[in-house]
Amino acid sequence: MSIVVPLIFAFVGVFSLCRGTDVFSALTDGARDGLKVVLAMLPPLVAILSAVSMLRASGAMEALTCLAAPLLGAVGIPPETAPLMLVRPLSGSGALAVGSEIISSFGPDSAAGRAAAVMLGSTETTFYTVAVYFGAAGIKRTRHTIPAALCADAAGFLAAAFFARIL
Amino acid sequence: MAMGIVWTALVLVSLVFAALTGRLDDTAKAALDGAGSAVKLCVSLAGAICLWSGVMELMRRSGLLAGLTKLLRPLLTRLFPSAKKSSGTADALALNVSANLLGLGNAATPAGIRAARLLADGDTATDELCRLVVLNTASIQLIPLTVCVLRAEAGAARPFDILPAVWLSSVCALAVGLGAERLMRKKRR
Repeated sequence: MSIVVPLIFAFVGVFSLCRGTDVFSALTDGARDGLKVVLAMLPPLVAILSAVSMLRASGAMEALTCLAAPLLGAVGIPPETAPLMLVRPLSGSGALAVGSEIISSFGPDSAAGRAAAVMLGSTETTFYTVAVYFGAAGIKRTRHTIPAALCADAAGFLAAAFFARIL
Repeated sequence: MAMGIVWTALVLVSLVFAALTGRLDDTAKAALDGAGSAVKLCVSLAGAICLWSGVMELMRRSGLLAGLTKLLRPLLTRLFPSAKKSSGTADALALNVSANLLGLGNAATPAGIRAARLLADGDTATDELCRLVVLNTASIQLIPLTVCVLRAEAGAARPFDILPAVWLSSVCALAVGLGAERLMRKKRR
Protein backbone atom coordinates (compact mmCIF):
# COMPACT_ATOMS: atom_id res chain seq x y z
CA MET A 1 0.00 0.00 0.00
CA SER A 2 3.02 2.26 0.41
CA ILE A 3 3.00 2.81 -3.34
CA VAL A 4 -0.36 4.63 -3.31
CA VAL A 5 0.80 8.03 -2.10
CA PRO A 6 3.96 8.42 -4.24
CA LEU A 7 1.93 7.14 -7.19
CA ILE A 8 -0.75 9.82 -6.64
CA PHE A 9 1.92 12.54 -6.37
CA ALA A 10 3.60 11.35 -9.57
CA PHE A 11 0.30 11.08 -11.44
CA VAL A 12 -0.94 14.50 -10.34
CA GLY A 13 2.44 16.07 -11.16
CA VAL A 14 2.69 14.59 -14.67
CA PHE A 15 -0.99 15.29 -15.43
CA SER A 16 -0.67 18.92 -14.28
CA LEU A 17 2.54 19.53 -16.23
CA CYS A 18 0.89 18.16 -19.37
CA ARG A 19 -2.07 20.49 -18.83
CA GLY A 20 0.32 23.44 -18.48
CA THR A 21 -0.54 24.15 -14.83
CA ASP A 22 1.99 26.07 -12.73
CA VAL A 23 2.74 23.04 -10.54
CA PHE A 24 5.04 24.55 -7.94
CA SER A 25 2.98 27.64 -7.15
CA ALA A 26 -0.14 25.46 -6.75
CA LEU A 27 1.76 23.29 -4.27
CA THR A 28 3.01 26.23 -2.22
CA ASP A 29 -0.32 28.11 -2.30
CA GLY A 30 -2.08 24.97 -1.12
CA ALA A 31 0.48 24.45 1.62
CA ARG A 32 -0.17 27.98 2.84
CA ASP A 33 -3.89 27.13 3.15
CA GLY A 34 -2.88 23.95 4.97
CA LEU A 35 -1.09 26.03 7.56
CA LYS A 36 -4.34 27.87 8.30
CA VAL A 37 -6.09 24.52 8.80
CA VAL A 38 -3.41 23.46 11.29
CA LEU A 39 -3.66 26.75 13.19
CA ALA A 40 -7.43 26.36 13.46
CA MET A 41 -6.99 22.80 14.76
CA LEU A 42 -4.65 23.64 17.63
CA PRO A 43 -6.87 25.47 20.18
CA PRO A 44 -9.69 22.88 20.35
CA LEU A 45 -7.12 20.06 20.42
CA VAL A 46 -5.34 21.57 23.43
CA ALA A 47 -8.61 21.76 25.37
CA ILE A 48 -9.83 18.29 24.47
CA LEU A 49 -6.56 16.36 24.62
CA SER A 50 -5.81 17.67 28.08
CA ALA A 51 -9.27 16.54 29.30
CA VAL A 52 -8.83 13.15 27.59
CA SER A 53 -5.40 12.69 29.21
CA MET A 54 -6.93 13.46 32.60
CA LEU A 55 -9.64 10.90 31.92
CA ARG A 56 -7.00 8.26 31.12
CA ALA A 57 -4.79 9.12 34.13
CA SER A 58 -7.70 9.17 36.57
CA GLY A 59 -8.71 5.62 35.69
CA ALA A 60 -12.10 6.67 34.29
CA MET A 61 -11.15 5.57 30.76
CA GLU A 62 -10.26 2.11 32.08
CA ALA A 63 -13.61 1.91 33.85
CA LEU A 64 -15.43 2.82 30.63
CA THR A 65 -13.39 0.20 28.74
CA CYS A 66 -14.28 -2.50 31.30
CA LEU A 67 -17.93 -1.49 31.21
CA ALA A 68 -18.07 -1.71 27.40
CA ALA A 69 -15.92 -4.84 27.13
CA PRO A 70 -18.62 -7.56 27.32
CA LEU A 71 -20.80 -5.93 24.64
CA LEU A 72 -17.98 -4.84 22.31
CA GLY A 73 -16.03 -8.06 22.77
CA ALA A 74 -19.05 -10.03 21.58
CA VAL A 75 -19.08 -8.22 18.22
CA GLY A 76 -15.28 -8.25 17.81
CA ILE A 77 -14.58 -4.57 18.55
CA PRO A 78 -11.55 -3.87 20.80
CA PRO A 79 -13.12 -2.35 23.99
CA GLU A 80 -10.32 0.25 24.20
CA THR A 81 -11.96 2.03 21.25
CA ALA A 82 -15.20 2.69 23.19
CA PRO A 83 -14.35 6.34 23.97
CA LEU A 84 -13.55 6.97 20.30
CA MET A 85 -16.91 5.57 19.15
CA LEU A 86 -18.72 7.76 21.69
CA VAL A 87 -17.07 10.99 20.55
CA ARG A 88 -16.73 10.33 16.79
CA PRO A 89 -20.24 11.46 15.71
CA LEU A 90 -20.12 14.57 17.94
CA SER A 91 -16.79 16.28 17.46
CA GLY A 92 -14.07 16.08 14.83
CA SER A 93 -11.28 17.46 17.02
CA GLY A 94 -12.51 15.33 19.93
CA ALA A 95 -12.27 12.21 17.76
CA LEU A 96 -8.79 13.21 16.58
CA ALA A 97 -7.70 13.74 20.21
CA VAL A 98 -9.15 10.45 21.47
CA GLY A 99 -7.97 8.51 18.41
CA SER A 100 -4.39 9.77 18.65
CA GLU A 101 -4.40 9.02 22.37
CA ILE A 102 -5.52 5.42 21.75
CA ILE A 103 -2.98 4.94 18.94
CA SER A 104 -0.07 6.22 21.05
CA SER A 105 -1.17 4.49 24.30
CA PHE A 106 -1.68 1.02 22.85
CA GLY A 107 0.67 1.24 19.86
CA PRO A 108 -0.19 1.80 16.18
CA ASP A 109 0.01 -1.92 15.33
CA SER A 110 -1.99 -3.19 18.33
CA ALA A 111 -5.53 -4.44 17.71
CA ALA A 112 -6.98 -1.33 19.43
CA GLY A 113 -4.59 1.06 17.63
CA ARG A 114 -5.38 -0.37 14.20
CA ALA A 115 -9.13 -0.45 14.80
CA ALA A 116 -9.04 3.15 16.09
CA ALA A 117 -7.13 4.32 13.00
CA VAL A 118 -9.57 2.64 10.60
CA MET A 119 -12.59 3.98 12.53
CA LEU A 120 -11.15 7.49 12.42
CA GLY A 121 -10.51 7.22 8.67
CA SER A 122 -13.81 5.67 7.62
CA THR A 123 -16.41 7.70 9.54
CA GLU A 124 -17.43 11.37 9.78
CA THR A 125 -18.59 13.85 12.41
CA THR A 126 -22.25 12.95 11.80
CA PHE A 127 -24.05 15.54 13.94
CA TYR A 128 -21.86 18.37 12.68
CA THR A 129 -22.52 17.39 9.05
CA VAL A 130 -26.27 17.14 9.65
CA ALA A 131 -26.27 20.56 11.37
CA VAL A 132 -24.30 22.24 8.55
CA TYR A 133 -26.36 20.85 5.65
CA PHE A 134 -29.81 21.18 7.20
CA GLY A 135 -28.97 24.54 8.70
CA ALA A 136 -27.94 25.87 5.30
CA ALA A 137 -31.00 24.43 3.55
CA GLY A 138 -33.40 25.73 6.23
CA ILE A 139 -34.67 22.27 7.19
CA LYS A 140 -36.47 21.93 10.53
CA ARG A 141 -37.86 18.38 10.27
CA THR A 142 -34.93 16.06 9.58
CA ARG A 143 -37.14 12.90 9.45
CA HIS A 144 -35.06 9.69 9.29
CA THR A 145 -31.71 11.28 8.45
CA ILE A 146 -30.07 11.04 11.87
CA PRO A 147 -31.09 7.41 12.58
CA ALA A 148 -29.93 6.39 9.09
CA ALA A 149 -26.62 8.24 9.49
CA LEU A 150 -26.06 6.64 12.91
CA CYS A 151 -26.72 3.20 11.38
CA ALA A 152 -23.98 4.03 8.89
CA ASP A 153 -21.63 4.98 11.74
CA ALA A 154 -22.36 1.76 13.65
CA ALA A 155 -21.76 -0.27 10.49
CA GLY A 156 -18.54 1.67 9.91
CA PHE A 157 -17.27 0.88 13.42
CA LEU A 158 -18.11 -2.83 13.11
CA ALA A 159 -16.53 -3.06 9.68
CA ALA A 160 -13.47 -1.09 10.84
CA ALA A 161 -12.81 -3.52 13.70
CA PHE A 162 -13.33 -6.49 11.37
CA PHE A 163 -11.17 -5.28 8.47
CA ALA A 164 -8.46 -3.90 10.78
CA ARG A 165 -8.16 -7.41 12.17
CA ILE A 166 -8.17 -9.46 8.96
CA LEU A 167 -6.31 -7.15 6.54
CA MET B 1 -22.02 25.10 23.94
CA ALA B 2 -22.23 21.33 23.52
CA MET B 3 -18.44 21.01 23.57
CA GLY B 4 -18.30 23.15 26.71
CA ILE B 5 -20.58 20.69 28.48
CA VAL B 6 -18.53 17.73 27.21
CA TRP B 7 -15.25 19.30 28.37
CA THR B 8 -16.60 20.16 31.82
CA ALA B 9 -18.11 16.68 32.18
CA LEU B 10 -14.79 15.04 31.24
CA VAL B 11 -12.91 17.12 33.78
CA LEU B 12 -15.50 16.44 36.51
CA VAL B 13 -15.51 12.68 35.88
CA SER B 14 -11.68 12.68 35.92
CA LEU B 15 -11.65 14.59 39.21
CA VAL B 16 -14.08 12.18 40.87
CA PHE B 17 -12.25 9.08 39.60
CA ALA B 18 -8.85 10.49 40.51
CA ALA B 19 -10.02 11.25 44.04
CA LEU B 20 -11.55 7.78 44.40
CA THR B 21 -8.55 5.90 43.01
CA GLY B 22 -5.94 8.13 44.65
CA ARG B 23 -4.44 9.21 41.32
CA LEU B 24 -4.76 12.98 41.78
CA ASP B 25 -1.02 13.56 41.20
CA ASP B 26 -1.05 11.69 37.89
CA THR B 27 -4.28 13.35 36.79
CA ALA B 28 -3.02 16.86 37.46
CA LYS B 29 0.18 16.10 35.55
CA ALA B 30 -1.85 14.54 32.71
CA ALA B 31 -3.75 17.81 32.18
CA LEU B 32 -0.46 19.54 31.36
CA ASP B 33 0.92 16.59 29.39
CA GLY B 34 -2.26 16.46 27.30
CA ALA B 35 -2.00 20.13 26.38
CA GLY B 36 1.62 19.55 25.39
CA SER B 37 0.79 16.51 23.30
CA ALA B 38 -1.89 18.52 21.47
CA VAL B 39 0.80 20.94 20.31
CA LYS B 40 3.12 18.04 19.39
CA LEU B 41 0.25 16.42 17.48
CA CYS B 42 -0.38 19.62 15.49
CA VAL B 43 3.31 20.03 14.71
CA SER B 44 3.57 16.44 13.52
CA LEU B 45 0.43 16.81 11.41
CA ALA B 46 1.36 20.24 10.05
CA GLY B 47 3.83 19.05 7.43
CA ALA B 48 1.56 16.37 6.02
CA ILE B 49 -1.51 18.62 6.03
CA CYS B 50 0.40 21.37 4.18
CA LEU B 51 1.83 18.91 1.67
CA TRP B 52 -1.54 17.31 1.01
CA SER B 53 -3.27 20.71 0.75
CA GLY B 54 -0.67 21.60 -1.88
CA VAL B 55 -1.35 18.45 -3.89
CA MET B 56 -5.11 19.02 -3.58
CA GLU B 57 -4.76 22.58 -4.83
CA LEU B 58 -2.81 21.16 -7.77
CA MET B 59 -5.63 18.64 -8.44
CA ARG B 60 -8.10 21.50 -8.49
CA ARG B 61 -6.06 23.86 -10.70
CA SER B 62 -5.04 21.22 -13.22
CA GLY B 63 -8.64 20.15 -13.83
CA LEU B 64 -8.28 16.70 -12.26
CA LEU B 65 -11.14 17.48 -9.88
CA ALA B 66 -13.31 18.64 -12.78
CA GLY B 67 -12.52 15.40 -14.62
CA LEU B 68 -13.55 13.26 -11.66
CA THR B 69 -16.70 15.34 -11.28
CA LYS B 70 -17.65 14.64 -14.91
CA LEU B 71 -16.96 10.93 -14.39
CA LEU B 72 -19.20 10.68 -11.30
CA ARG B 73 -22.12 12.70 -12.67
CA PRO B 74 -24.01 9.86 -14.42
CA LEU B 75 -23.70 7.64 -11.32
CA LEU B 76 -25.10 10.37 -9.07
CA THR B 77 -28.07 11.20 -11.28
CA ARG B 78 -29.15 7.57 -10.76
CA LEU B 79 -28.96 7.98 -6.97
CA PHE B 80 -30.67 11.39 -7.08
CA PRO B 81 -33.45 11.26 -9.74
CA SER B 82 -34.30 14.97 -9.40
CA ALA B 83 -30.75 15.84 -10.55
CA LYS B 84 -31.78 14.51 -13.98
CA LYS B 85 -34.05 17.51 -14.40
CA SER B 86 -31.63 20.12 -13.10
CA SER B 87 -28.06 20.21 -14.33
CA GLY B 88 -27.15 22.67 -11.54
CA THR B 89 -28.10 20.07 -8.92
CA ALA B 90 -26.18 17.34 -10.75
CA ASP B 91 -23.05 19.53 -10.95
CA ALA B 92 -23.18 20.43 -7.25
CA LEU B 93 -23.71 16.79 -6.24
CA ALA B 94 -20.89 15.51 -8.43
CA LEU B 95 -18.49 18.18 -7.15
CA ASN B 96 -19.47 17.41 -3.55
CA VAL B 97 -18.77 13.69 -3.90
CA SER B 98 -15.57 14.01 -5.93
CA ALA B 99 -14.13 16.65 -3.57
CA ASN B 100 -14.94 14.35 -0.62
CA LEU B 101 -13.20 11.45 -2.36
CA LEU B 102 -10.04 13.51 -2.83
CA GLY B 103 -10.21 14.90 0.71
CA LEU B 104 -10.88 18.49 -0.41
CA GLY B 105 -13.10 19.49 2.51
CA ASN B 106 -12.92 23.16 1.52
CA ALA B 107 -14.52 22.43 -1.85
CA ALA B 108 -16.84 19.62 -0.73
CA THR B 109 -18.88 21.51 1.86
CA PRO B 110 -19.91 24.56 -0.26
CA ALA B 111 -20.87 22.24 -3.14
CA GLY B 112 -22.82 20.01 -0.76
CA ILE B 113 -24.65 22.98 0.69
CA ARG B 114 -25.53 24.20 -2.81
CA ALA B 115 -26.90 20.73 -3.62
CA ALA B 116 -28.80 20.63 -0.31
CA ARG B 117 -30.48 23.99 -1.06
CA LEU B 118 -31.48 22.78 -4.53
CA LEU B 119 -32.88 19.49 -3.20
CA ALA B 120 -34.74 21.17 -0.31
CA ASP B 121 -38.48 21.74 -0.54
CA GLY B 122 -39.92 23.63 2.42
CA ASP B 123 -38.68 22.98 5.94
CA THR B 124 -39.07 19.17 5.89
CA ALA B 125 -36.19 17.09 4.54
CA THR B 126 -36.95 15.34 1.25
CA ASP B 127 -35.85 11.74 0.69
CA GLU B 128 -33.05 12.86 -1.59
CA LEU B 129 -31.83 15.43 0.93
CA CYS B 130 -31.69 12.71 3.61
CA ARG B 131 -29.69 10.61 1.18
CA LEU B 132 -27.27 13.48 0.48
CA VAL B 133 -26.60 13.97 4.18
CA VAL B 134 -26.13 10.23 4.74
CA LEU B 135 -23.72 10.21 1.79
CA ASN B 136 -21.73 12.98 3.47
CA THR B 137 -21.75 11.48 6.97
CA ALA B 138 -20.29 8.18 5.69
CA SER B 139 -16.82 9.46 4.96
CA ILE B 140 -15.61 8.31 1.56
CA GLN B 141 -12.01 9.37 1.25
CA LEU B 142 -9.28 7.82 -0.87
CA ILE B 143 -6.33 8.85 1.33
CA PRO B 144 -7.14 9.49 5.01
CA LEU B 145 -3.76 11.16 5.45
CA THR B 146 -4.25 12.46 9.02
CA VAL B 147 -4.74 8.92 10.31
CA CYS B 148 -1.68 7.68 8.44
CA VAL B 149 0.41 10.46 10.01
CA LEU B 150 -0.88 9.51 13.47
CA ARG B 151 0.25 5.94 12.81
CA ALA B 152 3.63 7.04 11.46
CA GLU B 153 4.23 9.29 14.47
CA ALA B 154 3.42 6.47 16.87
CA GLY B 155 6.05 4.34 15.13
CA ALA B 156 4.00 2.12 12.80
CA ALA B 157 6.14 0.00 10.50
CA ARG B 158 3.85 0.62 7.51
CA PRO B 159 1.53 3.57 8.27
CA PHE B 160 -0.37 3.17 5.00
CA ASP B 161 -1.24 -0.51 5.38
CA ILE B 162 -4.66 0.40 6.82
CA LEU B 163 -5.85 1.92 3.52
CA PRO B 164 -7.73 -1.15 2.21
CA ALA B 165 -9.44 -1.58 5.60
CA VAL B 166 -10.47 2.11 5.56
CA TRP B 167 -11.86 1.86 2.01
CA LEU B 168 -13.84 -1.32 2.74
CA SER B 169 -15.21 0.07 6.03
CA SER B 170 -16.30 3.29 4.32
CA VAL B 171 -18.10 1.29 1.64
CA CYS B 172 -19.86 -0.82 4.31
CA ALA B 173 -20.90 2.30 6.24
CA LEU B 174 -22.20 3.95 3.06
CA ALA B 175 -24.12 0.85 1.94
CA VAL B 176 -25.75 0.41 5.36
CA GLY B 177 -26.52 4.15 5.56
CA LEU B 178 -28.22 4.22 2.15
CA GLY B 179 -30.04 0.96 2.93
CA ALA B 180 -31.24 2.32 6.29
CA GLU B 181 -32.41 5.52 4.60
CA ARG B 182 -34.51 3.45 2.20
CA LEU B 183 -35.96 1.20 4.92
CA MET B 184 -36.81 3.98 7.37
CA ARG B 185 -38.40 6.18 4.72
CA LYS B 186 -42.05 6.83 5.46
CA LYS B 187 -44.56 8.81 3.50
CA ARG B 188 -44.19 12.52 4.10
CA ARG B 189 -46.98 14.21 5.95
